[in-house]
Amino acid sequence: MRDISDTERLLLNGYQRDFPLIPHPFREIGDTLGMSEGEVLSSIEGLQHEEVVTRLGAVVRPNSAGASTLAAMAVPQQRLEAVADFVSARPEVNHNYEREHDLNLWFVVTAPCGDGVLAVLTEIEVETGIAVVDLPLETQYHIDLGFEL
Amino acid sequence: MSALDRTDTLLLAAIEDGLPLQAAPYAAIGRRIGIGEADVIARLQRLIESGVIKRLGLVVRHRTLGFTANAMVVWNVPDDRVDDIAGIAAEFDFVTLCYRRPRRLPVWPYNLFCMIHGRDRETVMAQIATLNDATELGRFPTSVLFSRRCFKQRGARYFRATETAA
Repeated sequence: MRDISDTERLLLNGYQRDFPLIPHPFREIGDTLGMSEGEVLSSIEGLQHEEVVTRLGAVVRPNSAGASTLAAMAVPQQRLEAVADFVSARPEVNHNYEREHDLNLWFVVTAPCGDGVLAVLTEIEVETGIAVVDLPLETQYHIDLGFEL
Repeated sequence: MSALDRTDTLLLAAIEDGLPLQAAPYAAIGRRIGIGEADVIARLQRLIESGVIKRLGLVVRHRTLGFTANAMVVWNVPDDRVDDIAGIAAEFDFVTLCYRRPRRLPVWPYNLFCMIHGRDRETVMAQIATLNDATELGRFPTSVLFSRRCFKQRGARYFRATETAA
């Protein structure tokens, strides 16, 4: 586990949402936190390099543009790694986790349209010979505010 | 839901891997897709206001920071009650995401999903107990699926394929 510095904590708690929409956002953040623009940029670069932060970007609401689903498979333990690697290799797959359940492989598929999602699920099913359970989002109840550290 | 025009789609595709880490990131994105900095900022503002973009900022990878206990908690809640109960569950600050999804009988009888991230399993189990006690959720069939291994985690790519196909 990586420790984070006080400065990094301020950045992480302050800027998971409402990133400044102004021409020089890093300068503004620096002014707020008492740092230079260059220090803000290098801190974020460091966080990204060490995989604390996956990116500085937009979290897009599911299905507002493009289509997505959560899919699950019951994979025999001895095949799990190979099937997981096959699933992860698809560019349409972003999250892919092993979980504690008979349905032990869980992944999210996104594509520009619903047909594209279905095609990926079908291909995975055909190639692995294992049924894919398709669990598309019906209602989202939570507003994503980021994560307090 | 507001319609996205072609420039919005180009813009979302251009920032899918993140904003460039340079002094004027919006100007840089604008140059990439042939619009001005002010237009980039105005469009992002509108996409946030309309809810297409849920948030703009740093996207944290929980595992690197020691939040390794990641539970997907699911319940089978009657259809006529699920919206009310989920609305209450989603208010708990330890609930990171809360969704309704279809049941797939017989393999999957659950329709309500909550994600909870914590530093250890005991904390997360205590939070789940709190959730079950404070709402009616404790009455319904449930399952807790902790994650074992993360094989892949990155931002969704909705747009890239659209653009290469266009």
